[in-house]
Amino acid sequence: MTWSDIDAVVIGKAPDFFEGVMMPELFLADALGATGKPMFRVHTAGSVGGSTAIVASQLIQAGLHERVLTVAFEKQSESEAMWALSLPIPFTPPLHAGAGGYFAPHIRSYIRRSKAPDHVGMLVALKDRQNGIKNPYAHLHEHDISFDSIKESMMLWDPIRYAETCPSSDGACALVLGSEKVADDAMAEGRQPAWIQGTAMRSEPTLSAERDTVLPLGGALCAADVYKQAGITNPRKDVDAVEMYVPFSWFEPMWLENLGFAEPGEGWKMTEAGATAMDGDLPVNMSGGVLCTNPIGASGMLRFGEIAMQVRGTAGEHQVDGVRRGVGHAYGGGSQFFAMWVVGSEKP
Amino acid sequence: MRDIAIISFAQTPAQRAVKEQNEVEMLMPAIHGALGQVDMTIDDIGFTCSGSTDYLAGVGFSFVSTLDGVGPWPPIQESHVEMDGAWALYEAWVKLQLGELDTALVYSYAKSSPGDLPMVLTRQLDPITVAPLWPDTVSLAALQARALLDSGRYTEEHFAEVAARSRKSALDNPNAQLAWDRPASDVLAEEYHVAPLRKSDCAPITDGAACIILAAGDVARSKVERPAWIRGIDHRVEPIHLGLRDLTVSESTRIAAEKAGVADGAVDVAEIHAPFSHQELILRDAIGLGEDVDVNPSGGALSGNPMMTAGLIRVGEVANRISNGTANRGVAHATSGPCLQQNLVTVLEGEN
Amino acid sequence: MPPEISLPASLQDVEQVRSVRTPARLDYEFTAGEASSRFLKGITQKKIIGQRATPESRVYVPPRGADPELGATTPIEVEVAQVGTVTSFCMVNVAFYGSVMELPYTSALILLDGADLSIMHLIQEIPADEVRIGMRVEAVWRDDADIEPTLESIKWFRPNGEPDDPNVRIPGEDHGTGLGSWVGGVAPTEALIRNPRTGEGGQA
Repeated sequence: MTWSDIDAVVIGKAPDFFEGVMMPELFLADALGATGKPMFRVHTAGSVGGSTAIVASQLIQAGLHERVLTVAFEKQSESEAMWALSLPIPFTPPLHAGAGGYFAPHIRSYIRRSKAPDHVGMLVALKDRQNGIKNPYAHLHEHDISFDSIKESMMLWDPIRYAETCPSSDGACALVLGSEKVADDAMAEGRQPAWIQGTAMRSEPTLSAERDTVLPLGGALCAADVYKQAGITNPRKDVDAVEMYVPFSWFEPMWLENLGFAEPGEGWKMTEAGATAMDGDLPVNMSGGVLCTNPIGASGMLRFGEIAMQVRGTAGEHQVDGVRRGVGHAYGGGSQFFAMWVVGSEKP
Repeated sequence: MRDIAIISFAQTPAQRAVKEQNEVEMLMPAIHGALGQVDMTIDDIGFTCSGSTDYLAGVGFSFVSTLDGVGPWPPIQESHVEMDGAWALYEAWVKLQLGELDTALVYSYAKSSPGDLPMVLTRQLDPITVAPLWPDTVSLAALQARALLDSGRYTEEHFAEVAARSRKSALDNPNAQLAWDRPASDVLAEEYHVAPLRKSDCAPITDGAACIILAAGDVARSKVERPAWIRGIDHRVEPIHLGLRDLTVSESTRIAAEKAGVADGAVDVAEIHAPFSHQELILRDAIGLGEDVDVNPSGGALSGNPMMTAGLIRVGEVANRISNGTANRGVAHATSGPCLQQNLVTVLEGEN
Repeated sequence: MPPEISLPASLQDVEQVRSVRTPARLDYEFTAGEASSRFLKGITQKKIIGQRATPESRVYVPPRGADPELGATTPIEVEVAQVGTVTSFCMVNVAFYGSVMELPYTSALILLDGADLSIMHLIQEIPADEVRIGMRVEAVWRDDADIEPTLESIKWFRPNGEPDDPNVRIPGEDHGTGLGSWVGGVAPTEALIRNPRTGEGGQA
């Protein structure tokens, strides 16, 4: 394909303070090949990479376009990321310390609720970092990673250790989405498309009294919606692999429960038993996930794109055999914005 | 395409500075006004979409706390664009096209008053070659105005006529920030602000918010007597670099107007998002509006220009005129970026 | 692959520019808003004033302008206690821009008696590793002369000597397994919670 084959461009990224450019899609318009075309900018906090891909897919689903380019990026190196995430607000004590300071108490609540042993978070970090070594696009390639090195790493935001935390990354992701006809043509040429079998988004407030910040209702509703569209009745059985948004290791067991892969309080047992490893029955974050690569605005789209690669069989060294149906997941804000899609090798 | 209509529109009065309220407090009357007019609550809304930008508030993720204003509990289907609310309306229209949902709530807001707006907007420009020079919005628009004068198509008298007519129309708009009745010759008598533009050629700096409710087919008909149907909607972008564009025309607006089907019927009314008087002239030509079209009866952006919101307000103003029967078919336009870089055009129509 | 760039002869020996620093500064005038202003006025009188939208709705501390469940302003003021219970916490060992705290410090979510949502604040006057969920704490104010309209006028919270509250209301946990969990493989629904506008749904 060339630029002329693209009907529209949908771009997403997280807060513009990261790069110091306001609405940067405007100055990027020609570099994105968007001249004379519709260009659309999405921003739904950390889930934005996922929601951007969903908005792009809907332009096709609505019959408006045949081929849409969707892009997401972040250059965290262009500013101080912790600063961009926690700009000082007058009258408010600067108690948080970036995203870790916000999420650590919620992780502590999960550990208390589920009675999960301390090592589960470290097991997730070890798995994702080892998976990331197989992914040439991962930011971190930690060949010397070990359980002990994770355990000995500094406790940044107790209970979150340094090695259980995502890096600050620069990066971008782009997907070309096509109509049924475009995909059929690709299929005829021997290129397996990843068929989008369902998309869903949910939002809830940051601070409301009834809200559950550990297992947010919005996350579960989002999953239930997307599974229904894809005809998934038993997520654990019907889904072959998952790319989920895990910026701090403990979010793997939390999201396993929130997305219906485990009973409440049991998510950590899946991790501990190795079910989410590359050779487990539900591989999670084969790419190394957000723990290896976190260009915030792109992180959600990377999840969506990585699971599409698994379905297409193009994931290279981190390919899992026989992924016929996979889930891409992104979340943002204070665990309050959710975006998911289900992709499969079979036309829905 | 599925028939989608605007069934409700509410806005806050355009003000130079809303000093007492934060963003969510300023926004809530617009949201609840729009819902209340059609006797709905957030529980009746299928999809919510908003438009705003962090650089105006000076706070990252600023849209997150304003979402509280809709009461997103139980969790809702929702999205946000870092664009004018007119594009949020576009996303909502696409969402309703999918056929699963019948209603959508679209809102946008901005307080420009906390910062120095012309300086803030320089941060949109190429960060390596242009933004370090801090060229302000008015100066960039003046370059465009100069090019338009040099083309020989329009004169400063034409600019002044737009400025005077807009403020006179605004006298009938209770939400307008600037409204007066003075002849164009008074405008011409003003000193240059940034030549060839005078103060009256420029939009004011405005704080404000707006909200629109969309509904599909029979749901729209059940809620209001005369829904304003969206017959076409399209948006296009051009390169930001001023040297890559002919500033005296708006090619992206022309394409969007063509795709939206402006020429498919007579246009009674047009609301054009032109923050500078000369831009209205460029846009009229690009959209292809005849002399008989009632342009900016609300007073347009020259009478109140809340960032990220003035485009959505244009859509709402046309919808109101269709719903109250004063117009049958109208065009609304929204713009974004320096010198009309990105443009959206929608065609609204009443039911015959 | 990036395109190959050919430079004119005169520039061929010049070192390429790989990055530029273009510092930008923008100043903003912050508006706290009506709800926050009323709350901060209470702070200057050493009172913690919560707000609610209706006599039945939740008490928010600090108020931010909208009850996020109702999407409504919160005109009703309710003074809440200056003692509360720790609902969760974290020990911070990382310095960041804007931070004035000595490391490590304990940042806790504290549910004040009479409020429906925890506030985040510091815990001091206890070894960090003895902080626990359910611990009862009280506000420690600055000296009167230093009281300002900021939550920082409360220096920190410290244990108040009361026994731990094992029944502290932790959001989500009063729904047993948590709101967004799948019990027996069944997805939760909106009906799990009380709709704040209609009063429908939720637990009896």
